Amino acid sequence: MDRKEGRRAIEIYINIVLLFFLVATGLAAVLLRNLLASAMLLGIYGLLMAALWVVLDAVDVAFTEAAVGAGITTVLMLLAIALTERHEKRPSRPPYLALLAALVTGGALVYATGGMPAFGDAAAPAHRHVAPEYIARALDETGVPNVVTAVLASYRGFDTLGEVTVIFTAGMGVLLLIGVGARRRKEGGGS
Amino acid sequence: MAEFLAHYNYWAAIVLAMIGLFAVIARGNLIKKLIGLSLFQTAVFLLFITIGKITGATAPIVGAGFTLYSNPLPHVLILTAIVVSVSTLAVGLALTVAIRRAYGSTEEDEIQHKDRVPERE
Repeated sequence: MDRKEGRRAIEIYINIVLLFFLVATGLAAVLLRNLLASAMLLGIYGLLMAALWVVLDAVDVAFTEAAVGAGITTVLMLLAIALTERHEKRPSRPPYLALLAALVTGGALVYATGGMPAFGDAAAPAHRHVAPEYIARALDETGVPNVVTAVLASYRGFDTLGEVTVIFTAGMGVLLLIGVGARRRKEGGGS
Repeated sequence: MAEFLAHYNYWAAIVLAMIGLFAVIARGNLIKKLIGLSLFQTAVFLLFITIGKITGATAPIVGAGFTLYSNPLPHVLILTAIVVSVSTLAVGLALTVAIRRAYGSTEEDEIQHKDRVPERE
């Protein structure tokens, strides 16, 4: 086995180990009744996900996931739990129907992956369309060596503007729901 | 056998998505439902990034000495999606806090019970 092949094998091992950890933390976050513990596990899950993005060559996504997925999500969760309750009550009936729905949907999706190209296949249709064009032309046309940044900020700049609109709308929604709007309604209405 | 095992990353994404789906359907607690929702969202991200990965390639940052790069387009899509997912989570949690203020509970069945049996004042 030469060096390149060895590196690939290590990548696959790290990938699989991270996937096992992800499934374990995800499962624990759902099954635990203590919401505070669930929120902390969700933070660990986000950080593991960020590590997996690095293994899968998505370094920009890894940065964002570590800052937003592991950081801001956890803070939001903790704030919401502080304002509500820490413990989840036991459901009155066992969730057989939900389990069945998840298993059937999952089975259908696993069956459908038979039609997907193999993991890491360079000849997959996704890599033969516009992606090579972007990689070939991004440095000359935008002067940015990072193709993800070039596409995000230059080629698809309008999409990023839309993304900012989404953040603005969400911020307004949160303010209206629990900030300024809620306080004013309480003072004015009285009911 | 190798062909059969070539899809394990997709399967992991499906397993994570189903854990999230189960939580959204089965759990009555609104915060637990939102945790399930964010598990489902990250599973979709994993599916996209998996599609973009090419074996033996490097991160899509153009540099001397590299010729094979992973597909940058899923990365761009998922960067936007992560921000959108946090926005939806924030609005969902704000709704939960507002519901808790109005109903005094974050459990689905208790909220529905209060709607069906209005308090006499």
